Amino acid sequence: MVRAKKSQKLELNMTPMIDIVFMLLSFFIMTFKIVAPEGDFSVKMPFGGAPPTDKIDADEPVRIKLIANSSGDLTNIMVGDTSIGDNFNQLRARIHKMANVGEAPTKASDMIVELQPDDKLRYEYTIDAITAISGFTQGGRTYPLVENIRFNARPKAR
Amino acid sequence: MKIVSKAEQRALDMTPMIDLSFLLISFFMVIINFTEADQNERVKLPVSELAKPPENPPAEPLVIQVLEDGNGIFAGNEYTREELKTRLNTEVSFFKAMNIRLKDVTIILRADGKCSTGHVRDIIEDCQSLRFETFKYRAKQKTEFH
Repeated sequence: MVRAKKSQKLELNMTPMIDIVFMLLSFFIMTFKIVAPEGDFSVKMPFGGAPPTDKIDADEPVRIKLIANSSGDLTNIMVGDTSIGDNFNQLRARIHKMANVGEAPTKASDMIVELQPDDKLRYEYTIDAITAISGFTQGGRTYPLVENIRFNARPKAR
Repeated sequence: MKIVSKAEQRALDMTPMIDLSFLLISFFMVIINFTEADQNERVKLPVSELAKPPENPPAEPLVIQVLEDGNGIFAGNEYTREELKTRLNTEVSFFKAMNIRLKDVTIILRADGKCSTGHVRDIIEDCQSLRFETFKYRAKQKTEFH
């Protein structure tokens, strides 16, 4: 039996492996993109175009109107008939008070909020309003306020 | 000048370099985000502090992107409102053929923050007329950079 001496150790040819490794590395570096995580909001959409005032709602929703100017910027928020300007913090504070869920809620209120955004209002303001109604974050924790958010039904002929 | 003969040339020690390369590859492999396929550079999502990635992703998601001008992007192609409705109609036939109920399908709307709410609602109404029921509005999570 022939024994391999220590000095006769086979040298591995590393070149193909290094080639592949660098190719993989360049692929990953080139395709790498920092993407901020995304999340979803659920908003209920009523079917059809019938205005909700037609039926008697057991839980009367809180109606929030978002009024926009001609360039799509938010000019005013109306909670019911009360105007609160264009401040989402104020909207959140008012919803927090109306939801009656305490200072640090763990469960969302059963309250229903109906959003009535102007058609020309920029979508980012609508999302800001949904955020203000949905809850708030404090010290890295998220507290829910209202889950039942829906849009108003638009009249059919526009 | 001392001339180094070929035989005297020492082989480079490749070990640290290979270690580092593998480390970098594993880092990029772990961090790579394949969900980018759903995203489009032309759509700048609105930012929200409450937008957290969902714990249970929807079973049958259908991603519709809405551009600033109100046009929609579906499956990588840009459509006007009417074209998008026609395209979604073929999707409905597909779901029916696959025996998937439309109420199990979640429409995920990735709308540009600068587009008008009316455009988004137009698309929702078109989807509703096709009997889609579940909608989700996507927003980008607020980070320190925003």
